[in-house]
Amino acid sequence: MGRKLLLEHINVPNINTFDVYRSKGGYAAVEKALKTLSPEDIVEEVKKSGLRGRGGAGFPTGMKWSFLAKPEGKPRYLVCNADESEPGTFKDRFLMTKIPHLLIEGMIIGSFALGAKTSYIYVRGEMMPQIRILEKAIAEARNAGFLGKNILGTGYDLELYVQPGGGAYICGEETALIESLEGKRGNPRIKPPFPAIAGLWGCPTVVNNVESIAAVVPIIRDGGEEYAKIGVGRSTGTKLISASGNLVKPGIYEIELGVPVEEFIYSDEYCGGIANGKRLKAVVAGGSSVPILPANLINKTINQEARLMTYESLSDGGFATGSMMGSGGFIAFDEDQCIVRNTWNFARFYHHESCGQCSPCREGTGWMEKVLHRLEYGHGKLSDIDLLVDVSRKIEGNTICPLGDAAAWPVASAIRHFRDEFEWHVTEPKFCLQRNYGLAHYADPLPKPEPVAV
Amino acid sequence: MSEIVKVSIDGIPVEVAPGTTILNAARQIGGDVVPPAMCYYSKLEGSGGKCRTCLVKVSKGSEKDPRPMPKLVASCRTTVMDGMEVQNITSPEVIEARKGIVEMLLINHPLDCPVCDQAGECSLQDLAYEHGAAKTRYEFERRKFERVDIGDKIQLHMTRCILCYRCVFVADQITDHRIHGILNRGDHSEISTYIHQAVDNDFSGNVIDVCPVGALTDKTFRFKNRVWFTKPVEAHRDCDKCCGKVTLWYKGEDVLRVTGRKDAYGEVEEFICNTCRFEQKKTADWVIEGPRNVSNDSVISSNHYGSLNLPPVVKKNLALQESNKEQLERFTRL
Amino acid sequence: MLKIEETTVVHDFSPHLYQQFQEIVKRYPVESAKAALLPILHVVQAEFGWLSVDAMDKVAEYLDIQPIEVYEVASFYTMYFLRPQGKYMLEVCRTGPCCLVGAEKIMKYIEQKLGVKEGDVTPDGLFSWRGVECLAACGFAPVLQIGPEYTFYENLTEASVDQLISDLTIKANN
Repeated sequence: MGRKLLLEHINVPNINTFDVYRSKGGYAAVEKALKTLSPEDIVEEVKKSGLRGRGGAGFPTGMKWSFLAKPEGKPRYLVCNADESEPGTFKDRFLMTKIPHLLIEGMIIGSFALGAKTSYIYVRGEMMPQIRILEKAIAEARNAGFLGKNILGTGYDLELYVQPGGGAYICGEETALIESLEGKRGNPRIKPPFPAIAGLWGCPTVVNNVESIAAVVPIIRDGGEEYAKIGVGRSTGTKLISASGNLVKPGIYEIELGVPVEEFIYSDEYCGGIANGKRLKAVVAGGSSVPILPANLINKTINQEARLMTYESLSDGGFATGSMMGSGGFIAFDEDQCIVRNTWNFARFYHHESCGQCSPCREGTGWMEKVLHRLEYGHGKLSDIDLLVDVSRKIEGNTICPLGDAAAWPVASAIRHFRDEFEWHVTEPKFCLQRNYGLAHYADPLPKPEPVAV
Repeated sequence: MSEIVKVSIDGIPVEVAPGTTILNAARQIGGDVVPPAMCYYSKLEGSGGKCRTCLVKVSKGSEKDPRPMPKLVASCRTTVMDGMEVQNITSPEVIEARKGIVEMLLINHPLDCPVCDQAGECSLQDLAYEHGAAKTRYEFERRKFERVDIGDKIQLHMTRCILCYRCVFVADQITDHRIHGILNRGDHSEISTYIHQAVDNDFSGNVIDVCPVGALTDKTFRFKNRVWFTKPVEAHRDCDKCCGKVTLWYKGEDVLRVTGRKDAYGEVEEFICNTCRFEQKKTADWVIEGPRNVSNDSVISSNHYGSLNLPPVVKKNLALQESNKEQLERFTRL
Repeated sequence: MLKIEETTVVHDFSPHLYQQFQEIVKRYPVESAKAALLPILHVVQAEFGWLSVDAMDKVAEYLDIQPIEVYEVASFYTMYFLRPQGKYMLEVCRTGPCCLVGAEKIMKYIEQKLGVKEGDVTPDGLFSWRGVECLAACGFAPVLQIGPEYTFYENLTEASVDQLISDLTIKANN
C-alpha cells in the first residue's frame, strides 16, 4: 500500500465536519505554521518538498509562491482554482466533497505564507453542492477561531470566500479565472504581466489548484523534506489520479508518484484492470488535453522501460511516443472504443469551450470539429487527415492561452498513433458506423529499436 | 534603467524608449519589417494581442538573458528588452504561422469584397493579399448573421467581423457609455447590443474608423461609391466637440464621406465627432487644406496624383526628361 | 434569440433577494463590486428560472454597471439561461469519458422519454434537457445534474432515469 497524505482519513465517518477532522489531527499544520514558522519558512518548506502544481502544468508551487511581488500598500491574494472541468479529471470535486477542511487548512497556510488577508476559492458553478459544503466548513473553521480576525491569537487576519463560476472550462486558466472572479467574461489575459505581479484587481496574486493547496498541509505538518522522500526524482509526493473510462474500478486514487502505469491499471489496489474482460486499446494519461497513447506505448516507453506514473516518465519520448502527467485524469479505452469518435468528441469539447478571443483557437477548433465529424460519419477524405494535422499545428503555440495547445494535442496525437483507424473511416465508410476498428495492432509489443550502425 | 533600449528587428537595429512594444519599435523602422496588426490600435488602451497576425519570433530575449522565447509572441503586446533580437519577415516560422492565422480569419469571412464598402481600405484584404493562400481548404458552411442597424448612421454586418474588439474599446474609452459588446463565446461570439438599441452618442461613429474590416460601415456612404474612385482631401472646421480635423472623400464636387485622418497604419490621428462625420457634407462647411497624401501602395492612389511610374513617353523625350528630372531620379533610384 | 414576448417579461426583485445581493457584495473590496456579478446572477436565476432582460438590467443597476456588461457575462457562461426553461433542466454530460460508458445512449433515451428535442420544454413545462460538457465526475459516469441546486445523479441507467423522471413529476405535482 502506498502512503496516503491527502486521503488518509477519507473513510472516517463525518470527516467533512470540523470536529472529526480536527480529532484526526486536522488544523495542526495551521497551528504549526502560524505559531512557529515565518511566511518565508513556509515558502521554503514548500520549495523543499518539490511539490509541482497539480492543476496540469506541473510548475513548482514553491517557486510560484516565491515569485509573488510584494509592493507596499497593495493587498495580495491567494486564489484557489477549483474550476475543475478537464475531461477525465474529477479529483477536486471528490476532495471538496469528502474532506473540505483539508482545502481550507491549506488555504489558511498558503494565505499566511503569501501575506494575503482575503482569499478566494473559485469553484465551478456546476459544483453548487460543493460550494455549500465549503461554505459550511468555512463557517465551522471561523467559529473555531481558524478564520477571521486574529487567528489563534497570532494577530493574523484572514477572510476566505467561495466564488461560484458560471460554466466555462476556460476559467481554469489562471488569468481567465481572475477575469471571471472580477465579474467579467472569462477571456484569458495577455501575459505578461503575470498574476504574480498584477493579478486580481491588478494586485499580486497566486492561483493554485485545489490539490496543490491541500498538499501544503502534509508538507507543513511533516516537513518539506519528508514529503520529498516520496516519489521519484523531480516527481515528489503523492498525486490524486482520477481514473475513468472502461476500468473495473474507476475512481480517485492517491498514488505515490512512481507507481508503474501497468500496476496502476491492472492491480487490485488501483483500477483492477479493464472492465468486462476486454483488452486495453489506448490511454489518455493526464486529462483530455494531453496526447493519447496506444496500449503498447503506455505501459512501456519506446526504450522498453516500464512507464511510471511520474511527470518525467509519462512524458518520456516527447510527443512522438510520450504524453504528459497533466492533471492526472486517467482515461482508459477498451478495444471496442472508436478513437476517431473520441477525438471528435474532444474536439467538440474544445470548440465549445474556446472563449473566442483569439483567432486561431476561435476558428481552428470549430474547423477541426467539423472535419472530425465528417470523418467519424464516413464522409471524410484521406486528405482530411493531413488537413487536421496542419490545422492543429497552426493553432498550437499561436494562441493567447494554452487552450489552443490543449485542443491541438489530442487531435495531432490521435492521428499520430491511430492513423490506420482514421484511414479506415475513409476507405470503409459503410463499416465505420456499424462496427469498430477494434484493437488492431495497438497493443502489440513494440519492436526493439535496432541498434544504429556506426 | 537606461533611457534607451537597443533592439534589432530582422537585423535592422533601432533605439527606442523602454516599455515600447516590438510592434511600435518596428513602426519606428517602418517598411516591410512592420508586422501587420488587425486588433491592436495604439490609441486604444488594452487593445491588441487577440488577432495573432503580428506574431514574431524573439530569437534573443535580451542582453542579460539571451535565451530565445519558446513561442512566437504577439509583437503588439510584448515590450522590448535591451539587446533583444526579433525576427519578423526573416523567419519562415513567422511567415508560416501568419499564413495560418490569415486562413483562420478567412474561413468564416464572407469574401464579399465586390459588394463591401470597406474594399480598398480593408486591413483583412491587404493581409490576405500578402499572406493568404489563393484557395481555401474550408469546405463547410460559413457563419452568417443578419445585418443590423445600430443607430441610424451605422450598420453592423457581423458576418464580416473578425472580433478585434476595437469598437468595444472605442465605446469604453471614447464615448460616455457602452451599449454594444461581445455576446456569446467561441465562434458564436458576436458584436451586439443584445436587445435592439441604438448606439447613440456624439462619438459613436468612430467605431467605423477603427473597424479593420467592413463589419461597421457608415450608412451615409453605403454603396455610394468605391473608395478608390473618391479623392481624399484634408480639411478642418471649428468644432466644439472634437478637433474638427478630417479627411473629406470627394467624388466630383460632392463630399461623399467624412472620416478621421488615418496614418500609414490605418489608425486615425484624432477621433472625430458624429456631427463632423455625418452632418457636414458640404464643401462650404470646411476649410480645405489640400489633397491627402496617399501611399503609393494603396489602391486609392491608383487614379490620382503623381504616380510613381512615369509614363513611357517621358523616358523617350529629352525635353520632358529635363522637366521631370526629380521624379526620374527617384524612379531610377528605386 | 429572444422571442418578442420574452423581451418584455418583468421580474420583480423582492427585498429578500436584495438582502442576498448585499451579503455577496461584502466579499469584495468596495470599488470592485462587479465581482459579485456571477454569484448574483446565480441567485437571480435560482429565483426566476432564467435571466430576463429586465432582471439583468436590475442587476446592472444594483451593481452600477452598464446593462451590456451583464449581457456579455450572462451570454458567455453556459449556466445562465437567457430563455425560459423547464422547471427541471436535465443536464447530461456528453464529453469523452461519459461517452465511453454510454452517455449518448442515455441522452437518446431521455429525448425519447420526454418527447422533446434538446433545449425544448415539455408541454407541461416541467422538463428540459440538454447535453453539457464535462461535469468533472468521470469516474461515476454517465452523470446528469439538475439545477438550481445542481443535484448530481451518477452511474445512470435507463431504469434510474425512469425513476428520476417519475420522482420529479411527483415532486412537482405535490
